[in-house]
Amino acid sequence: MNSELLQKVAMTEDEYDRLVSMLNREPNELEIGIVGALWSEHCGYKHSRPLFHHFPTEGKEILTKVGEENAGAIDLGDGWCAVFKMESHNHPSAIEPYQGAATGVGGILRDIFAMGMRPVALLDSLRFGPLDDRTNKYLFNGVVSGVGGYGNCVGVPTVGGEVQFDESYSGNPLVNAMCVGIGRVDDLLSASASGPGNPLLLVGADTGRDGIHGATFASVELDENAEEMRPAVQVGNPFLEKLLLEACVELAEMHNNWIVGLQDLGAAGLTSSAIEAASRAGTGIEIDVMLVPRREEMMTAYEVMLSESQERMLVIPKKEYLDDVVELFRRWEIRADVIGFVTDDGQVTVREGQEIVARMPISIPTDPPMYSQLTIRPSELDQLHNQDFNLIPDTVNPGVELLNLLGSSNITSRKMIYKQYDHQVQNNTVVLPGGDAAVLRIKGLEQGIAVTTDCNARLVSLDPRIGASIAVAEAARNIVATGSRPVAVTDCLNFGNPEKPTVAYQLEQSVIGISDACRKLGTPVVSGNASLYNETPVGQILPTPSIGMLGVIDRSLDSLTIAPKENNILVLVGSEFKQSIDSLAGSEYVTQKLGFIAGKPYIDLDYELKVQKFVLDAHKAKLLTAAHDCSDGGVAVALAEMVLATSLGLDAAGVDCGLRFDASLFGEAQSRFIIATDSQKSLSVLQKMLSDSEISFSIIGLVRGDRFKLGPIDLSICAMLEEYENGLHKLLDA
Amino acid sequence: MKAAVVVFPGTWSDGDCSWALQKIGIDVRKIWHRESSFEKNELIVLPGGFSYGDYLRCGSIAQFSPVMQGVRSHAENGGLVIGICNGFQILCESGLLPGALIRNQSLQFRCEDTYLVPGSNSPFTKNIGTGQVLQIPISHGEGNYYADKQTLDLLEDQDRVAFRYSSVMGEVNKSSNPNGSSRNIAGIVNEKGNVLGMMPHPERACEGLLGSEDGNQIWLSILEEYL
Repeated sequence: MNSELLQKVAMTEDEYDRLVSMLNREPNELEIGIVGALWSEHCGYKHSRPLFHHFPTEGKEILTKVGEENAGAIDLGDGWCAVFKMESHNHPSAIEPYQGAATGVGGILRDIFAMGMRPVALLDSLRFGPLDDRTNKYLFNGVVSGVGGYGNCVGVPTVGGEVQFDESYSGNPLVNAMCVGIGRVDDLLSASASGPGNPLLLVGADTGRDGIHGATFASVELDENAEEMRPAVQVGNPFLEKLLLEACVELAEMHNNWIVGLQDLGAAGLTSSAIEAASRAGTGIEIDVMLVPRREEMMTAYEVMLSESQERMLVIPKKEYLDDVVELFRRWEIRADVIGFVTDDGQVTVREGQEIVARMPISIPTDPPMYSQLTIRPSELDQLHNQDFNLIPDTVNPGVELLNLLGSSNITSRKMIYKQYDHQVQNNTVVLPGGDAAVLRIKGLEQGIAVTTDCNARLVSLDPRIGASIAVAEAARNIVATGSRPVAVTDCLNFGNPEKPTVAYQLEQSVIGISDACRKLGTPVVSGNASLYNETPVGQILPTPSIGMLGVIDRSLDSLTIAPKENNILVLVGSEFKQSIDSLAGSEYVTQKLGFIAGKPYIDLDYELKVQKFVLDAHKAKLLTAAHDCSDGGVAVALAEMVLATSLGLDAAGVDCGLRFDASLFGEAQSRFIIATDSQKSLSVLQKMLSDSEISFSIIGLVRGDRFKLGPIDLSICAMLEEYENGLHKLLDA
Repeated sequence: MKAAVVVFPGTWSDGDCSWALQKIGIDVRKIWHRESSFEKNELIVLPGGFSYGDYLRCGSIAQFSPVMQGVRSHAENGGLVIGICNGFQILCESGLLPGALIRNQSLQFRCEDTYLVPGSNSPFTKNIGTGQVLQIPISHGEGNYYADKQTLDLLEDQDRVAFRYSSVMGEVNKSSNPNGSSRNIAGIVNEKGNVLGMMPHPERACEGLLGSEDGNQIWLSILEEYL
């Protein structure tokens, strides 16, 4: 046994023994490479899949079964559908931030157009260590440029996402890219290699030595030698991707009947792409590596099979349409080569010319070992839950606290990021970035879609189950705040090393928490991805189950933004204004005061659903002029964000801040919105609806003037803008 | 009126331009970059995007595309040509317009609304009411218009500056310049006035639903002139 090779593909000795007994012989080097890649965490989900049965995955609008296709598909009505998925590119971005992020975007785009759908939106959920560190600044700048560099070039708008900062992400940033595609239900393509005798057509870029062992690299912890893994990071060519995108969408829209399958080449390249496609169809495949066009000389079969060169797709045409398909790609100036064919023997056979260099049943690489890990609840949680916030004196200068929050990294405006992304190309973006969710119209339809990503990892770290439920609830609140109905979820499970029992606990509880909320809110999980082993020598990341959510609005014309109009009345919905000290749990405010994350997060999902339903009903009754989710920084920050989106002030000096000003102003209790309405008459209807549904609320005040007056706070809008608009610039320039 | 929207490999505003033009009743056909024949009375649109990936330099490879021969002779014969964003870069690289578009002063890509004060001396802007300020977004990394002093003076003397970046009130100053362009120039026309290049995307500002309808003023100005 070649232990150096086993280490390279991150295969344990037990796994090797399992492979030997499945094969009934010793595997050769290429076979170890193939199986190692597909059994890696990144491809095989061997630590996370045993948990997936928790997820609710079905609903009347769901068109695909999870795992059967590259992304989940949602029925939008009138023969249209949306597909979406989120995927991580964390480890490559830690080593080479620009290309890591860029190829993350490229990869998720291919997942979408592999289904024949036109990508219409990108979102990015990012995490970094604090910006006072030079390396973190470098990673931040590189990732943001990479996301923009790729997305801008392919002409798909980047319409949303989030960025959060925490020490635990230092050296291990998270880059989760989500893509949404739209198309006709009839044009949905499958990623299966059916029909023995059909050719395997490799289209797009030539194959090079880049990205070999990328899937493996994504499945181990980052250590001090991580820099040496730079060759495992791929290099993107968004120009070629754009051509591939157009060709594949044309194939789906115009010549659906020419092909049986279309599959992207992602992690583990040709190996996973061809084997997964055959596995889906219950067929076999034969590939001759000599037929694979290469960009480098003297490549071995091993290198060809495991290369992760970007911008490649595997097309499985019906053999009678092979020439037509090749011609279509040639017209888009893309090379297309037959590299093998579909067989009926259930085997993966790799040839190098005449010689068979690997051969085994498809069922072996697609049957990774599954590990149920020992889970242990982190012992420090009880102490953190019982943290006595009464020991922190209440704020004596809430205005200064608010300014500080508006300028702090986790809250300050993201404008300097999203204005580096083309968020308008394709002429669909109705609600632009900067609010809760982005809304896109669908040309030719009244309906629109709302999209968002969310995850407050602080709360997940304090209580993985509740925190993960909150991530889903908050994503849904973002969707609802635009007047859209939450429909489905994609997730990206970013965790540390799952072989550690406390991390296994976080992972398991988070999956259960996501499932709790998705069940309650009626938003099934339709696709997802797991990124484990997010650890550096310093420690593991905060558990970060990023949630991507898609919602539907009946008329995109009716979308709500967070910006109210002059003299609108603002109402806090979901709770009274005055809050108890418990609402500070895990808040940005209290984390800054304590210097660590503490408290016991809480959510009542029944109540959450009720509040969301109220907002949608009120919107339907045309009673709302704006709405905003209350999250990081509490009600004070939510109100500030709303009025800063206008050029007006807030007149709400009379609110009752209760016994603890800090909790009422900056506490982050769940299930709350700020809504705006334009008349006393509408207000009284809203009040009645709220009382009938037994939802607590407080009337806050009016949008007017040029000062921000909220209880004890009295600030000039200019001073607030100065902090809010320039926060990231100041942190980056410091 | 008819329009021909040119598609280079890597172009991505072809769909948006077609959508916007069709919306106000102009017949649109798309032209793949390997073709090169145009009808005499067609408006040629060179849309935004990253033609040939903008490798080497923005617009520099596209100038050698077969379609550019047709564009050149169309322009010489007095036909209308509008280059938007990457299209403007291609027109400068092809020598159909003077100057060059260099990296934004911020060294970053910028996608945001800008406000534009139109000039008067071309069919593209002639019929836009005086004193109007147009709200039209930009989306580029290399939109910083540069030319030597002599060229800039000439452009101004001949009233060939089609658009300048301004504040919402129409003040042309440094703080309303999003990319460092010389003299706030956002768009220029050739000597004959039949070729316009502009960095902002009027095709993205043609519907109230998307935030602005001001882009339509350009198409309407052309229609009024040629109907």
